[in-house]
Amino acid sequence: MSAIQEVVTEAPAVEAVPKRAMTLGAGTSLVMLAVLLLVPLLVKNFIIFQLTMLLIYGLAVLALNILTGGSGQFSLGQSAFYAVGAYTSAILMEHAGINYALTLPVAGVICFVFGFLFGLPALRLSGVYLALATFALATAMPQLLKLGYFEYWTGGVQGLVVTKPDAPFGLPMSQDMWLYYFTLVVTIAIYICSVNLLRSRSGRAFMAIRDNEIAASAMGIDVSLYKTLAFGVSAGITGVAGGLGAIAVQFVAPDSYTITLAISLFLGMVVGGVGWLPGSIVGSAFIIFVPNIAEGISKGLSGAVFGVLLFLVIFLVPHGARQVAIVAQQLIGKLRKN
Amino acid sequence: MELFFNQILAGISTGAIYACMALAVVMIYQAIDHLNFAQGEMAMFSTFISWQLMQWGVPYWGAFVLTLGLSFLGGIAIERLLFKPLAKAPILTNVAGFIALYAIVNSVAGLIWDFTIKQYPTPFGSHPFLGSQLISTHQAGMIGVTILLLIGLYFFFQFTRMGLAMRAAASLPESARLVGINTSWMIALGWGMAAAIGSIAGMMIAPVVFLEPNMMLGVLIYGFAAAVLGGLTSPFGAVVGGFLVGIFENLVGTYIPGVGNELKLPIALALIITVLVIKPAGLFGRPIVKRV
Repeated sequence: MSAIQEVVTEAPAVEAVPKRAMTLGAGTSLVMLAVLLLVPLLVKNFIIFQLTMLLIYGLAVLALNILTGGSGQFSLGQSAFYAVGAYTSAILMEHAGINYALTLPVAGVICFVFGFLFGLPALRLSGVYLALATFALATAMPQLLKLGYFEYWTGGVQGLVVTKPDAPFGLPMSQDMWLYYFTLVVTIAIYICSVNLLRSRSGRAFMAIRDNEIAASAMGIDVSLYKTLAFGVSAGITGVAGGLGAIAVQFVAPDSYTITLAISLFLGMVVGGVGWLPGSIVGSAFIIFVPNIAEGISKGLSGAVFGVLLFLVIFLVPHGARQVAIVAQQLIGKLRKN
Repeated sequence: MELFFNQILAGISTGAIYACMALAVVMIYQAIDHLNFAQGEMAMFSTFISWQLMQWGVPYWGAFVLTLGLSFLGGIAIERLLFKPLAKAPILTNVAGFIALYAIVNSVAGLIWDFTIKQYPTPFGSHPFLGSQLISTHQAGMIGVTILLLIGLYFFFQFTRMGLAMRAAASLPESARLVGINTSWMIALGWGMAAAIGSIAGMMIAPVVFLEPNMMLGVLIYGFAAAVLGGLTSPFGAVVGGFLVGIFENLVGTYIPGVGNELKLPIALALIITVLVIKPAGLFGRPIVKRV
C-alpha cells in the first residue's frame, strides 16, 4: 500500500478564542446572579420549572463548550452522556433509595468514566471522524436503553418515574422552587470550576491542542491524555446535568434522549458562541424557548425553525451570542465617550 | 446451510442500499472533505417526492426518473445556496450546517407528509426470485439496480471528460484549476450526483423499512459504517464496505442470540468505532500523512 503524502494545511476545527474572552466581567456576573436569584420569587411554578430546565441545559451546553471551545473536539453525542447521567440518578433514587443530591456526583463520575473510555478511541479521531463516531453513539443510545437485559433496572421502553424531592428542613418553598435553587447552586459551582479549569494548566493544554495539535505535542503536552480528559470532563458535567434533568422532569425514558437532544445541545453551543462559557445559558434559553414559539406557529415545525435559525447564525453571526455581546459592549463604550 | 445462504443473499441486498448511501457520502466527502449528516434525510425527502408523484398518478418508473432528476437539481441547489459560502469556514461551522440541514429536511418532510408510516410500492413484486426460496424479487431488484448504477458510475468516471474532470477536482483542486477545470461547479455536480444516488437508495429501501420521515436514520448510520469500513477516500471501498456491512448485519442478527432488530444501531456504532480504532483509513482508503 502506497501512502500518498499530502500537504494538509488544515484549518483549526474551531476558531481560536482568547482565554480572557471566555468569561463575563465581574459587574455583569453579579447582575446575572441577582436576576437568577430573584426571578423565581416573582413567577409561577411552571415558569420556575422552565427556568430549572434552562439551567440544566445550560450546564449541558457548558459541558459541550468545554470540549469544543476548549479542546477543539466535536461531539454530536452529548445526548448519550446526558441519558447515562439521567438513568444513573433515576436508578439510584428509585431502586436503591439514595438521596437525590447524592446521586448527582455518582452520575458525574460514571459519565466521566464512560466519556473517558469513549474518548480513548476518539484520540485517534479528529474532526469529522469524531463527529461521526459521536453521532452514531447518539443514535444508538435509545436502543441500548431499551434493551431487554436491563429492563429490570431501566424499565425498558416504559422508562422510570422519579419522585420529586421536597424542600428540606421544612423550608416554606414549593418543590419546584426548591429544585430551582438546588439546580442554581450546582450550576454555579460547576460554572466556577469550569472557568478555573480553563484557566489552569490543563485548560491551557486544551487550548494549545485546539489551536495546533502538532505544536502542542512539540511543547510537551500529552495530547492523547488531555484530549480524553476533555472528553471525560465534558461527559461528566453532562451527566450531572442529565441527573438534574431526570429529577426535574420526574421521568426518564429512552426516547427522551434521541439525536434530537444532541442536535439541540450542539445548536445551543453554536448560538451561544463557541468557547464563550456565559453564552451557554443564552444557547440554552434558545433551545428551550424557540421550539415553544415554533410549535405555536405550526406543530412539527420546530426542527425546521431550528435549522433555519442555525443557518442564519452561522452566516450572520458566526460567533453567536459572544459576537452580539462584543458589539453591544463597543456600543456602550461609544455612548459613554459621547 | 440454506439459512446461511439465505442470510448472505439478504445481506447482499440490504448491503446494496448501504453501498449506495456510502457512495453518496463518499462522493461529497471527496469533494469537500466533510461528511454529509443530512444525506439520509435528503434521500428520505426524495423518496417522499417519488411517492407523491405516484399518488398523483405518475407510473413507477416515470416517478423514479423524475425523482432522480429533481434530486440532482436539489443537491446542486443546496450546494450553491448553503454550502458554497461555507467552503472556507472551520469544520465546526460545516458540521453545524449539515446538522441544520438535517433538522430542516426532517421537519419539513414531517410537516408536508406527516409522521404516519406509509406503504411504498415495489416495481419488482415480492415473489420468490426465479422460483428459489432464497431471495425475493424485490431483493434481487435492489441488487440489480445497484449494480447497474455502479457500472454506470464506473463508466462515467473512467471514460468521460466530465468524470475525469470531477476526479481531478476532487484529488488535486489547485492543479485542476490550473488546467482549466471549473472546480467549484464540479463540487456542485458531485452534490447533485450524491443526492441522486441517495434517492435511489431511498426508493429501493422504502418498501422494506416503510416510508416515514425517520426511515433513513438507520440506513444512514449503516452507510457511514460502510464508508468508514471501505475508507472514506475510496468510492470503490465504500461499495465493498456496503456489501460487507449488509452481510455482517444479517449474519450477526441470525447467529448471535439476543441480537435482533433492537440492536441494529448499536452494532453499527460498534462497527464504526472498531474500524476507526483498528484501521482508521479503512480497507481501501489511503492513509493521510501530515507534513508538519
